[in-house]
Amino acid sequence: MKRTPMYERHVAAGGRMVDYGGWELPVQYESSGIKTEHLNVRSKAGLFDVSHMGEVTVEGARAEEWLSSLLSNDIAAMHDNQVQYNIMCNESGGVVDDLLVYRYSRTKYLLVVNAANTDKDVAWFRAHLPSDGVSMEDISPRTAEVALQGPEAEAILKKIADFDPASLKFFYFRDGATVGGIPAIVSRTGYTGEDGFEIYVDWKRGAELWDAVMKAGEGHGLLPIGLGARDSLRFEAGLPLYGHEYTDDMGPLEAGYGFFVKLDKPGGFIGRDALKRQKDDGLKHRIVATRLEDKGVPRQGMPVADEAGRVLGHVTSGGYSPTLDANIASCYVATPAPSEGESLWIDIRGKLKRAVVIKRPYYARGK
Amino acid sequence: MSKIPGDLRYTKDHEWIRLEGGTGVMGITDYAQHAMGDVVYVELPDVGRKVAAGDDFVVVESVKGANDVFSPVSGTVTEVNEELDGAPELVNQDPYANWLVKLKVDDPSEADGLLDAAAYGKLVEELEAEGS
Repeated sequence: MKRTPMYERHVAAGGRMVDYGGWELPVQYESSGIKTEHLNVRSKAGLFDVSHMGEVTVEGARAEEWLSSLLSNDIAAMHDNQVQYNIMCNESGGVVDDLLVYRYSRTKYLLVVNAANTDKDVAWFRAHLPSDGVSMEDISPRTAEVALQGPEAEAILKKIADFDPASLKFFYFRDGATVGGIPAIVSRTGYTGEDGFEIYVDWKRGAELWDAVMKAGEGHGLLPIGLGARDSLRFEAGLPLYGHEYTDDMGPLEAGYGFFVKLDKPGGFIGRDALKRQKDDGLKHRIVATRLEDKGVPRQGMPVADEAGRVLGHVTSGGYSPTLDANIASCYVATPAPSEGESLWIDIRGKLKRAVVIKRPYYARGK
Repeated sequence: MSKIPGDLRYTKDHEWIRLEGGTGVMGITDYAQHAMGDVVYVELPDVGRKVAAGDDFVVVESVKGANDVFSPVSGTVTEVNEELDGAPELVNQDPYANWLVKLKVDDPSEADGLLDAAAYGKLVEELEAEGS
């Protein structure tokens, strides 16, 4: 199994190490546990080792045009040092991956992709690379990454960054910064629904970065956070995950992320025609947010039915929400989907449990 | 270090059982609750259900996922711990005081085939040494 540069730190901190797509990473830490870690990110701060994520650089005179042809969002509208959420679709409107795009300039970008999809994405990029004007490089093996998330994140980062993190706007990044004396790229982004930062450094200095942030977090209630809470936090915040809300067949419109899909942008993009057809014909499926009224914990893959037991779809993400202290499920169902306040039934091991449709996201941080 | 009371019988799947005459009181072990993490719901069987030894008949849901629990012996469910309905975290706090199911046991001698505290302790020690 592959290990990140922080592996020894996780073991020393009591990390319960698991195989996550070939990476040996902590699902939780012994002294805290998923629920405590989850709530700590919401109330104070948490540090995540996300060095397994994939990073790809794209450069060249045609970089902007090429990325725009592969990705769903309005790449041409980006500013320098801005970060943009994108979906990379296949020809039939399903999803290859979702990713963050960092723009240095119109001729230089950094893409951050899902760990489990890195090889597939790189192959996809190569297969679509034009003969000239664009070059790309997979820099994942030499890039370590941490996410510092939560209401205390800014105060913690301020102690060790060579710039004032308050000056960094949401979904912007700073290149050529240092954090704990280590050269870094810092973006005000995250995957938890909280304020926070993602910090990229050289692989060899990953453990040093981890130590610097953990030390700066003393007195701020900072805890290291495992994969378990990473998933429950993103789910509560209504953030999609490839393999759950997106698949080769389940695209961004049905999942409810049409905001990030610019069907009418000049030049189009792979999957645009299929998505346009879906929209024009009316979506056949939708993902709705639900809260269980009956007892039971919904999990991914469980059938979703109407009151008579007729199957309408399945659960894409489900589980206990520590912040709401309720069991919640995102349900992929045939249209017409029930509206807010209406009921759905989830088949939990042969028993139909009633759930009510609620507003998404399940959790939104107060302003 | 997991707590392992001396007066109980154990399964390899980390259930415990105590016989009180013809009634078996069962739950999950300290090792099991620790491995599962924060328990958020316990799905208990219907009273009157007949089970064979090894049947999965309880599901302990933690934040992490669903965990099947197996009956240590054959018998009929006579009572379930309804206190867990409103307070599933009791299983984490004390998995031995907070039992899951009481059964009328078909054959009390069946429990003799289960692990005693020493044998179960050895199993847990091996698992903990593996770091799992």
